[in-house]
Amino acid sequence: MKSDAEDTPTADAPILPVTLQGVALRLGGAFVLEDVSLELGQTGCTAIMGSNGAGKSLLLRMMHGLIAPTSGDIRWGGAAPSEVMARQALVFQKPVLLRRSVAANIDFVLKVRGQDRAQRDALLDHVGLLHKSAQPARLLSGGEAQRLALARALATEPEVLFLDEPTASLDPASVLAIERIVSDARSRGVRIILVTHDLGQARRMADDVVFLHKGRVAEHSTAQAFFPDPQSDAARDYLNGRLVV
Amino acid sequence: MQSIGEALGLAIALVLSGDPDLLEIVLLSLRVSLTATVIACMIGLPIGALVAIGRFRGRNAVLILMNALMGLPPVVVGLLVYLYLSRSGPLGFLGLLYTPTAMIIAQTILIAPIVAALSRQVIEDLHAEYAEQFRSLCLTRLQTVQALLWDARYSLLTVGLAGFGRAVAEVGAVIIVGGNIDHLTRVMTTAIALETSKGDLALALALGIILLVIALGVNAAVQSVRMTAARQAYV
Repeated sequence: MKSDAEDTPTADAPILPVTLQGVALRLGGAFVLEDVSLELGQTGCTAIMGSNGAGKSLLLRMMHGLIAPTSGDIRWGGAAPSEVMARQALVFQKPVLLRRSVAANIDFVLKVRGQDRAQRDALLDHVGLLHKSAQPARLLSGGEAQRLALARALATEPEVLFLDEPTASLDPASVLAIERIVSDARSRGVRIILVTHDLGQARRMADDVVFLHKGRVAEHSTAQAFFPDPQSDAARDYLNGRLVV
Repeated sequence: MQSIGEALGLAIALVLSGDPDLLEIVLLSLRVSLTATVIACMIGLPIGALVAIGRFRGRNAVLILMNALMGLPPVVVGLLVYLYLSRSGPLGFLGLLYTPTAMIIAQTILIAPIVAALSRQVIEDLHAEYAEQFRSLCLTRLQTVQALLWDARYSLLTVGLAGFGRAVAEVGAVIIVGGNIDHLTRVMTTAIALETSKGDLALALALGIILLVIALGVNAAVQSVRMTAARQAYV
C-alpha cells in the first residue's frame, strides 16, 4: 500500500481523472450527499444536474476541496483535493468581486499567483471587458461581473475549471458570451465541471452528465445517451419538466 | 468670572486673532493624537484582521477581552504609563515622562484596542463574503489579511476616526503622563481643564470651539471620502 506522500502528484503530474469513492456529506444531522462514487475523465465538460437541494453545489465544493466529506475518498490523480486546489479554479454562481477596479481584480490574482501582470489586458480583452478595465468591478452588470470572475479564474491557468451555475439569471446574450469563453477554455485543454439547471446549456456544452437525486448519483452517462434516453425515473421526470421531489 | 456670552465673544476673538499660544496648543494636540492614531492603527488593524479570520481555541475569550479593553479608563492607563516611565519605573531610564512621547504612548494604549475591536467586526463581515473565493485561490494568511485590509479601507477610515476622536478628546491619561506643562505638553483638553479651574473661560471656550471644529472637519472629510467610495461600490 502506498503512503499519502507517494500518492501526492508533483507539480506537473496529471491530476485527472478524479475518482470519488463512497463519498458522503452530513450537514445538520442529515446526509445531503450519500454514497457518491464517480470517475470523471481527463478531458471535456461534465455537467452536474439535478433538482434544487440535490447536492450539486456541495459536490462541486467537495471536489474542489472547500468542503471535506464526512466519509469516503476523493482523489485527483492520487492526491487529495486540498493538495491540487491551486491547479483548479472555481467560479461561483454569485461572483465574488473585490472592491476594486476591473483591472485590479485581475491584477490581484496575477500577483498572488506570482504571474506576469502583462497578461491582464489580454485576459480582459478575451472576455470583452478591456474597455471597462478602469471601472469599479462591483458596478458591472450581472453578465459582465460573471465574465470578470471567469477571467480571474482563467488568470490562474487552471487545469480544472469548476462552474457553479455561472449563467443563472443571465440574459441569453450573456449566457452565450460565457459559454463561448468556457468552450474556448475547454478547447485549450481545461477540464470543465459545470453545475447547471439549464438543459439547453447542458446539451450544448456537456460531454457527460452526472444526475443527482436526493444526494445520490441517479445516473452518470454520456450526454449523447442521457438526453434522448435517461435511465433513471428521476432524470426522466426532470428532463420532461415534471416536479422532482 | 465671565458670563457665557462675554466668554464666547472673547473666545471667538482669540481664535480669529491667531494667538500663538493657542496655535501651539492646537498643533501639539493634533501632533500627539494623530501620531497615536497612526501607531494604534498599525497595531490594531493587523490584530483585528488576524482575529477576524482566525479560528482558534479561546477566540471567544479574546473577543471579550478586546471589547472590554475598548472601555479602558484613561486615568488607569495614565497611571500605568506613569508607573512605567517614572524615574523608578522599568522604563524610567528613557526619560520620557512629561514629554509628548509619553502622551502618545498613553493615547496609543487607549485607542489601539478600539481600533482592533472595531476593525475585527468590519473585517469579519467582509471575510464572510470573500472566504470561499480566497480559499479557492489558495491565499496565504498574510495575503488574506492584506487583501481584507485593503478592501475594507473605507470602512476602516471610520474606525481610525473613532480612535482619533477618543484620543483628541481624552484628558485623564495625558494630564498624568504629560503634566500639562506650558509650551511643552499642554494640549487642548488639559488646557481647557486648567483654564476652567482658573476661571479663564475665554481661552477654555476658544479651545473648546477649535476642538469641535476639528472633530466636525475630520468627520466631514471622512464622510466625503466614504461617499465617493460608496458611489464606486468600494464600501
